[in-house]
Amino acid sequence: MKKYYLPLGLIGLLIVLTGASWLGLFSDYLQTVAMYIGVNIILTASLNLVNGYMGEFSVGHAGFMAVGAYVSTMFTTRVIPHFVLGTPLIPSGLYPLEVAAWAENPAAYLVFPLTLLMGGLGAALVGLLVAVPSFKIRGDYLAIITLAVNYIVKSACENTQALGGSRGITGIPKLTSVPLVFLCAVVSLWAMRNFILSSYGRGVVAVREDEIAAELMTVNTRHSKIMAFCISSFFAGIGGGLLAHLLLYINPSTFSILKSVECLVMVYLGGMSSISGSILGAIAYTGLSEALRPLRLWKWVVIPLILIFLMLFRREGIMGGREFKFLLPKEEVKGYAAASD
Amino acid sequence: MPLLRIRDLTHFFGGLKAVDNFEVRIEKGSIVGLIGPNGAGKSTVFNLICGLYKPTTGEIIFNSSNLVGLPPHEVASRGVGRTFQNLRLFNDLTVLNNLKVAQYSQANYSLGDAFFRTKRYLKKEREIEERAYELLETLGISSYAHQLTKNLSYGDQRRVEMVRALALRPSLLLLDEPTAGMSPAEMMTMTELIEEIREKFDLTIFLIEHRMRVVMGICEQVLAIDFGALIGEGTPAEIRNNPKVIKAYLGEEVMM
Repeated sequence: MKKYYLPLGLIGLLIVLTGASWLGLFSDYLQTVAMYIGVNIILTASLNLVNGYMGEFSVGHAGFMAVGAYVSTMFTTRVIPHFVLGTPLIPSGLYPLEVAAWAENPAAYLVFPLTLLMGGLGAALVGLLVAVPSFKIRGDYLAIITLAVNYIVKSACENTQALGGSRGITGIPKLTSVPLVFLCAVVSLWAMRNFILSSYGRGVVAVREDEIAAELMTVNTRHSKIMAFCISSFFAGIGGGLLAHLLLYINPSTFSILKSVECLVMVYLGGMSSISGSILGAIAYTGLSEALRPLRLWKWVVIPLILIFLMLFRREGIMGGREFKFLLPKEEVKGYAAASD
Repeated sequence: MPLLRIRDLTHFFGGLKAVDNFEVRIEKGSIVGLIGPNGAGKSTVFNLICGLYKPTTGEIIFNSSNLVGLPPHEVASRGVGRTFQNLRLFNDLTVLNNLKVAQYSQANYSLGDAFFRTKRYLKKEREIEERAYELLETLGISSYAHQLTKNLSYGDQRRVEMVRALALRPSLLLLDEPTAGMSPAEMMTMTELIEEIREKFDLTIFLIEHRMRVVMGICEQVLAIDFGALIGEGTPAEIRNNPKVIKAYLGEEVMM
């Protein structure tokens, strides 16, 4: 019976969230914050896969988000309107905002997840392109490479007129909704948790602990590193797609290195190698940055200060290496008990 | 047909000849010792067998196939397990998970199985876990299953490293100084353990050791190397009386 607590709880939460948003119990502002939290949870957990579990240091998460965001918005503002409304595939000049009209059709809510999936796959492909050459070498090179990738993706978007150049893309239909974000977050976390608990995930963690020993204990380290990196990029792409359809306007600077840093901050705040930590980190950071909004510029003094204190007094973050028991399958709980002591 | 046969193995580090025409035949079920002064190239031989280094020349025939050029994880999954001179455990993992990692190549389910936790996945994971517990019980350390390895005592860590190597179902076990840093009492248990696991798991053991008591006690065949080249080979008694080995390594002490 206990087995069903988590799914039942999630369904209950989904019904409450959806019902409350429909009934207007949540203000639009609160709904937006809730969606940001959901998107940030996906981004944090996916970055944690590389920076926490794998122990490498990726600083270009926004680059993969950008790929996901651009691919999915290309579908929702260009490809689909082209077939539904007959608008040209490649616009000359700024795109009219009316292209978003197709999204009023209820079918849009079924099509949108597919475009997100395309975005995720696009990001995973870019992840694969990055991972294959960069995991041939060992050590800290990944940080430099991912930093470069972030800039390459950003400048590629800036210089491609079909992607709107540095003006970006406007008229993105508002397709991101509270229940959708919730579902995406749950599915992503579930998939990433299962990956980590599997032998592939154990291989990834073994690479962090001692790459040579892992290799000599039959782990195909290159393979598992590439796999983890692609999965991480895939979910970054999904997060990027959701974010684009929440912001309704994206341009290359949305996905600058600052966005990557924000993801890093959430990972370290929540704690490395922890799904629970990723959830808490995303909630804490998003909540904090909203709550401190009245401080205006001083917000950017207070948040870094909090981070400094965190690093001084609790370096492992809120949940470093530990998990909430209810997130784990029954048979895995014991394995995590030792780490929680 | 020997289980492991190495021929003409030579390896250079830059201009330094670390291993020079090394040769060995290891019969199935035997315990063979490798001795030599520090820097003689003993660990390099192990690293060459494991695939960590690619030899300049030579061949390493294991179970009638050549291991040269294979990546280390492939060599390991063909049945070569090893331990390290300086422990290389996965310190932040539990003992159980250390043993599960070593069964990576045996978990032949797909990524899809892992995502959806299919029947196949659950069955395989159960097998992996059962094997891990079984091994821990054999060595009498199952009470540590959920401890982080970094919290164990040095002697226990050595034992865990050995069980971890057993978890990958080796037919050849390479032990790099299994009694390094151990007290005489711990050393005795370790030698007993080595003989015990050889019987139980039908193993062939190739070990590097500095303590002559261990080598003389358990090895059936001993190889001595110096500057990467073989300087003596034979039974422990023969090695003990080999003038070249005495000069290079043993000195006068053990003569009595």
